[in-house]
Formats: sequence, C-alpha cells, structure tokens
Amino acid sequence: MSRLLQTPFVPGTANTSLRRPTNSGSRTTRLSARPGGTRIHAKIREIFMPALSSTMTEGKIVSWVKSEGDKLSKGESVVVVESDKADMDVETFYDGYLAAIMVEEGGVAPVGSAIALLAESESEIADAKARASSSSTETPSSPSPAPAENAAPAPVPASPSPSPSPRPAASVMGSAVHPASEGGKRIVASPYAKKLAKELKVDLTSIAGSGPLGRIVAKDVEAAASALAVREVPGTPAASASSPHVPLGNVVPFTTMQGAVSKNMVESLKVPTFRVGYTITTDALDALYKKIKPKGVTMTALLAKATALALVKHPVINSSCRDGRSFTYNSSINIAVAVAMDGGLITPVLQDADKVDIYSLSRKWKELVDKARAKQLQPQEYNTGTFTLSNLGMFGVDRFDAILPPGTGAIMAVGASQPTVVATKDGRMGMKSQMQVNVTADHRVIYGADLAAFLQTLAQIIEDPKDLTF
Amino acid sequence: MHSLSSSSASLSSVPSHHPRHPPSVPLPTLRFCGLRPEALFPRPLSLYSSCSSPARRSARRLRSTVLVSASAGNGPPSKFDYDLVIIGAGVGGHGAALHAVEKGLKTAIIEGDVVGGTCVNRGCVPSKALLAVSGRMRELQSDHHLKSLGLQVAAAGYDRQGVADHANNLASKIRSNLTNSMKALGVDILTGVGTILGPQKVKYGKDNIITAKNIIIATGSVPFVPKGIEVDGKTVITSDHALKLEFVPDWIAIVGSGYIGLEFSDVYTALGSEVTFVEALDQLMPGFDPEIGKLAQRVLINPRNIDYHTGVFASKITPARDGKPVMIELIDAKTKEPKDTLEVDAALIATGRAPFTNGLGLENINVVTQRGFVPVDERMRVIDADGKLVPHVYCIGDANGKMMLAHAASAQGISVVEQVTGKDHILNHLSIPAACFTHPEISMVGLTEPQAKEKADKDGFTISVAKTSFKANTKALAENEGEGLAKMIYRPDNGEILGVHIFGLHAADLIHEASNAIALGTKIQDIKFAVHAHPTLSEVLDELFKSAKVNSPVSSPVSEPVGV
Repeated sequence: MSRLLQTPFVPGTANTSLRRPTNSGSRTTRLSARPGGTRIHAKIREIFMPALSSTMTEGKIVSWVKSEGDKLSKGESVVVVESDKADMDVETFYDGYLAAIMVEEGGVAPVGSAIALLAESESEIADAKARASSSSTETPSSPSPAPAENAAPAPVPASPSPSPSPRPAASVMGSAVHPASEGGKRIVASPYAKKLAKELKVDLTSIAGSGPLGRIVAKDVEAAASALAVREVPGTPAASASSPHVPLGNVVPFTTMQGAVSKNMVESLKVPTFRVGYTITTDALDALYKKIKPKGVTMTALLAKATALALVKHPVINSSCRDGRSFTYNSSINIAVAVAMDGGLITPVLQDADKVDIYSLSRKWKELVDKARAKQLQPQEYNTGTFTLSNLGMFGVDRFDAILPPGTGAIMAVGASQPTVVATKDGRMGMKSQMQVNVTADHRVIYGADLAAFLQTLAQIIEDPKDLTF
Repeated sequence: MHSLSSSSASLSSVPSHHPRHPPSVPLPTLRFCGLRPEALFPRPLSLYSSCSSPARRSARRLRSTVLVSASAGNGPPSKFDYDLVIIGAGVGGHGAALHAVEKGLKTAIIEGDVVGGTCVNRGCVPSKALLAVSGRMRELQSDHHLKSLGLQVAAAGYDRQGVADHANNLASKIRSNLTNSMKALGVDILTGVGTILGPQKVKYGKDNIITAKNIIIATGSVPFVPKGIEVDGKTVITSDHALKLEFVPDWIAIVGSGYIGLEFSDVYTALGSEVTFVEALDQLMPGFDPEIGKLAQRVLINPRNIDYHTGVFASKITPARDGKPVMIELIDAKTKEPKDTLEVDAALIATGRAPFTNGLGLENINVVTQRGFVPVDERMRVIDADGKLVPHVYCIGDANGKMMLAHAASAQGISVVEQVTGKDHILNHLSIPAACFTHPEISMVGLTEPQAKEKADKDGFTISVAKTSFKANTKALAENEGEGLAKMIYRPDNGEILGVHIFGLHAADLIHEASNAIALGTKIQDIKFAVHAHPTLSEVLDELFKSAKVNSPVSSPVSEPVGV
C-alpha cells in the first residue's frame, strides 16, 4: 500500500480518451487517501488535496460532489478541485463513507493537506467526525514527510537565499513606510511581491520596501520569508516572538526531520573539531555579482563555485574520516548548502561544483531550492555533500560557528559582507566590504595549516574572482 | 493632423510565419472518418436551409431604389476623375483598392499620414513583432518546459533597442509592401488629408479637388483615452507609444483587459515587468467566451507576475513627474466611490479605440456621427442625419465601428466594391474570426455560448456545445504545449456552427477552418468528413467536429452566404 500512496494520483483521462464527451470540460483524476497518524485508527483515511499539475501548490474546492455520510465506491467522483490549470473531478481510490469534510466549498488547501476523512464503515463516521473537529483546531496538516528525509540533513542553521548582503537585518522588519502611502497606512507592493507574500505567508505590513519610493518588491518578501524561516529553526522557537504557531507552554514532539537533525547533532560530538577563521574582501565579488546577476547567477552559486575551486587545490579539505584510521579522499567536489525550511533544514547539494559553469550551477541551485520547498528532493540531492556551506550573512550576522555534519571533513560558516574601515598598506585609511568566514573541520584528517592554506586560496579566488565565470 | 486607417491594434492580417509541417503520416494512425455510422445513416431530408430570409431579399431590392440625391447648389458632376476614391490607406482601404482594380475600376486612395494605417504602423503588425519576442523569451525562461524537452539554455536576456528595432523594421517592410502592391496595380496614391466637399467630390491636401463616382471612407481609429487620464507619451502611454518600446518599466498598470491589454501584458511580463490590470467590468477579458476567459485567466494571468482590480474605473491618471510615480486613482465602477490609488512606473491605456472621423467634411453631405462613428447600413452605405442613405458614399472599418478588426475592414471594402460593380453583397460578420496573440493564443468566430443561448431562446432552437482539449492532440503534446481548449457551439438539429472558440497553441491559425465553414454555410455533418493531416494541430478542430452530435443527415455543401 505504501507504494500506492507514493503515487496516489492517476492523471486525467486526457491521453487515453481522445474525444471527450460533450459538455464535460472538467477532467478527472484519482484521489487517494492515506491512513491517519499513528494515534488514529487506520480505517479512517484522510483524503488530501491532490497535485493536479506539476506546478500546483494549492487547490480550491469548487464543489463537493458527495456530502458527508454518502457512501463512496472506488472510482467515483467525490470533489471538484480547481488547480492552477483547470477544474478537475477527483475520484476516490477506496470504498467507504465520506465521513467529514474538512475544507468547505470555496476553501483553499495546500497540496497534500487533508480536505476530508473517509471512513471504511458507517460505524466509524462518528470517530472520523470527532477527529476532523479536533484536527481542524490544530495547524493545517502538512504533507507526509518523504521517508528519505530520515537520512541526515545537515545540522546547521541556514537560510534559502544566502547572499552576503550588507543590508542589516533590522531593515527587514518594520512597517511599510512608503512616502506616498499616507505614512504607511497603505501598502504599496508590486504584483509579484503580493503573490510571493501569499505563497510564502509573509505579512506585507511587516515589511519595509526597498523598491522605488519604498515600494515592496519581490526580494523584500523573499528576505522577510527567509528571516521568518530562520526564526523557526529548531532550538530557537522560544526566541521567536513573531512566530504565531508556537504553542507556548506545551511539549511538541520533533517532526521526522527535526528528529534526524537531533540525532546528527549528538553524533557530531564524537568528532574532534577545531575552527579557523579568515576575513575576505568582497568588493570584486560584489561587482561581479552585480554584473552577472541579471543572467540568473546567485550569490550562493558564486560562493559554492569559489569554494569548489579552492578545494581543487586542497583535496584534503574535501576528504573525510569514516573509520578513525584513514583518509577518504572524495573523487568529486560536491558542495552542500544549508537551507532553512519550515520546521527544519536541509542541505541540497551542488554536485561537481568545480566543473559545472556558474550559469548552470545557478540554475541547478534554483531547481534544488524549489524542490526542497516542495519537499521533493531525492536522497542523492541532499546527502552526497563533501563540503558544506552555511550562510547567515543576509541577517547581518557577521560571524558564527557551524557544527560539522557527520561524514564530512569540513563546513564553512559565512557571515555578512559589510563595509569596513581598513588601513591600507600605504598607510592610508580606506573602506572595503569584508566578510568573515569560519571553517569547522575534523582534526583527525584536516590540520590547522591545511585549513589556513585553503582559506588563503579561497580569499585569493574571491578577491580576484575572474576564474569564477571562465 | 493625419488620417488613420482602419483596424484595431491587435489583429493581424499578416500571413503566419509558422511553416506548415508536411504530412508525414504513418498509415496505421490514419482514421477513416467515413465509417462513422451516424453520418451515413440516411434520414429524410429535413427543413433546414441556411438562414437566408425574406427580410434580406427585400433589403436587396431596396438598393435599386436608391436615387441620386441632389444637394442644393452643389450638384453631382457628370464625368468623374475616378470610379472609386478611398479615403484612408489602411488595411481596409488597401483591400478595397486591390479588389477595385481587379474589377476594372479607376481607383485612387488618399492618405494623410503613412500608408498602412493603424494595423501596419501602430497596431497588429508591430505588436506581432513584440509578441514574437515575448513568445521566445517565455520559452527560454521556462526552465520546467525546457527541461521536459531535454534542453539546456543559459539565462536568456534581451536588448530593448533590438526588440524595438525589430518591431519598427517589420512595420516599414509591410508598409512598403502595401505601397508597392498598390502602385504596381495602378492605384493612385494621393497624399494629404481627404475631405468630402459634397456629393462625389473630394478635396485632398491643400486644394486638390477630385471627383469620384463612389467614395469609401476608411479613416480608421485612434486609441481611446477616457477623460481624467493625462497621456504624456512617456509614463502614461497608449498602444501607439508602447509599440515603440522606449522603455520597459518595472511595474506597469494596464487599463483595460481586452485584446490590446492582454497582448501587452504578455509582452511586458515576458520582458520582466510586473503588471496590474485595471478593468471596469467585474471580470477580466469581458469580451471572450466566459469559459475561454476563465481558462485564459488561469494560464495568462494567474501564474504570471500580474494582479488586477476589477469593477473599477481609473478616474484620474497623472504621469510620473517631480520624483513621484504614476498615480492612478480608482473609483468603483458602479458607486463612483474612491476605492484605491495605485503608484506605478507606467500606465498603458488600452480602453479601446475611438473612430477618427473629424475633419472629413461629413457635414457637407448631412451626416452626423454617433460617438464619432459614421452610421452605415448592412451594406456599409452611409446614412445621413435624416435616416436616409447617402448615395455613392460608403464607410468601412473602424470608422463605422461595426467590427473593429483590420481584416473585417478589408472584407467590408471588398463587399462595397462588389456592390458598386453591380453585384449585391452583404458581409456576414459572424463569419469573421478574431484572434488575440498571447502565448498561447486565443481565437474565436461567431457567437459566444451566452450569446448563442440568448439567440436560441429567442428563435426557439436548442444548442449544444462540443469541446476538445489540446492535451489529446499529438502535435501539441510533442511541443509540450498541451494546455488548451477548443469549443464549438452548434445546433444539433441542423448541424449549423454558431461559434468556435479556441485557446491554445497557434489558435489564431486554427480558427479559419471554422470561420470558413460559417462563411460558406458548411454544416458539421459535412465538414467532419474532411481529412486532416496527422499529426497536426488542425486535428483539434477535426476532433471538435467529430465529437458534435448532429441529428441531421449529410447534405450537399450549402454555399449561400449569409448576411447578419
């Protein structure tokens, strides 16, 4: 059955029946149900919002074809769902009774969340109803975590759009004061910013716009969303005042992902780690970034590329100690980048980052982040990293310390790039943008001088970044 | 001052640039439609003929009763410089001129601005150039789509000036083609503003006076700008300015969500702008069949960087100045209460088009325009202030407002030439297709479903609707463009096609099978036997015809044209 549940939906009739019957424009799809959580009797199944297209993230209930208490037989239409593409009739996979409707007509539910309960027998309808009413007071159920997520995501705080932006975190939050918006009474946000805000559940009134005349634009929303995501990283929930979903005073069990993080954190204590820091000037990197950003290049990809090129020259930093007795020199340079996610974090991997060109790397990164948000990352896409990057620069963090993910040799914590007054060699004072990086490494295989040499190479690459775009 | 020629901004009369794919058909996939039993089943010949009615025949007789009216003191000349003078060298005037030459008429065309009119210079033609760019940008930016085809493309970018030049070059090229085709046929192109002085007498330029046996007014239209809106041509613009693509704003408001607005939203979002629609009616795309509109909104609006305000008027729009953005004041369309204020980088006014008929000298022939439009009858004959026909004066295209499309103007012009050369003709406007060149395209001909229902209730017949999806079409799936719908509204009793609406890949090129069927009176039970090459997009219509349930036997093709 679990296999069935992994592929719950039979796409519509489109490819099989060439001619559609007159007057029925809607397509049909199969609706699956999954057994409820462990506490609940397995004979009550959740009917959840199907993914009717590859781009669908939420669906609207157009109408319930059946009502509560109706008997359903396999293959019958139960509900009409409006996706981003079309209205579709959704059929059930199972016989049973439509016990409780959890999302009413006109309501919108994210893909994978429960919209109704299906009871196997009439006697269970009451149970199901009780369950529906109790669960409706909880937070909306989230898609079942992919089983592969038990494999360790990297244990570092992180965020989805790492760029060493010098913008201090303080400017991210605040009220939208648009010069022409009557002192912030109105919100002036671009159409895409509004769309993103809805998607990422960001409150526009809490964002200060950085667009023309203080308008809120897409990147403001993205920055706010990643700020929120980091606040929700496990370990710091109590500190998060703006996170409304924290049930204060209660004990909340870990999700699967949080459990995996916890396990890895404890595991990491067995490794003798040490740290070496370095300050790198980023003026040239920033200029390069500005130049190629319109071509879709992200700062994350640039940093990953620079790191990978430095690793080529220092293979020992890319090695790991698996058994306590030997070096394992990895054949590829796979840069894992930590990304904060709702209720956890994950480390999508940029494979062969030293060989792939910067544009492809940026595209790959975008794809990975999209997949991570949709919880569709395949295991090889997040557990094959040989070196990890964690970047908190976008919050104004200037330096921090990362914990080494078990199975790898080193992790680099990247702080914000900030304008800094420096003394130059000719005895003058100058202003340069600088960022601090801090590498945590396994001292069984990597020694202080190795790290120092690696960091020196990395600094040279970043300060003269022409090789990044070869 | 200049004289524009007919057509609205969005419809193209340019031939498609998409090559037809040769039919490389594997035999086993051919379907033999002749085996369909319901089509072969003999039924008694029934009463359904085409809608030719007594009313129309009496109208035909009317024409012969038109007498030459003599305005006092300015009698008609007896010998004429030209058989036909056309005022306005847009697509409508051009179509009329070419047909007139074919019919042996001595023809002149007067143009006060540039040959080609709105369509060629400020409408369909340059907009198609921009849409060709936006279509490619969309393909190159759609990672998902490219990946599913196995393609890898580095980040796509564009050069604004290059795009603008493409549009401008295309317009120049089509303009010279148009000019050359008329010169080659011996049409006199007279430069200057044309004014009607009296019956059969026209002035052009400063003081050149010519006489003509018949006159066609084809002066077209200009963008309509509602009051309260200040157009500066830079940040508050009409389609005239937008087609020059002088800048690509980060955020542009488009006032009006008809064809023109929709096409520009396609262009601007592909080039990276965010768009806000302002629509006075309660829903976007009010002119389209509701079902097509709903689907189009899902594909063309919702997933793109577009938001919208419906049920509101833009009561005041101020261009950007003194460091302030473009300000748009919105009021409720019904209550007129202030609703919102938008602050954007630019505003495109796409609220329709107004006839360009000022200075035509209509007062000299006792004609009063209605909201600027020249009143005409079904034969495009101009009607004067007393409700009488003005002899020898016709008006075609946007200036009469019957159907503001370039090819409609041209068809009206041809109809007029047929009449003045002795063959009565009435154009069936319900057979004229229309298209919106978004990605994917929208096209339609005839009635929408609600219009057809209304007509059915009034005239006492029933209608049926057939639909097919592009998802079932091999060629569309090969292109990975299965998003789309074709629907046909028809009479199940006699197989008459009332309307066809297509949303999907190359919809604009696909509509003509349906529009020709309507124009020629071909019934579904007959056209369903016509064979379509496989695999082509045209099979979408093939499926549509075949899925219709008609209770009428196959008839011989009915070819009597129908006027509406």
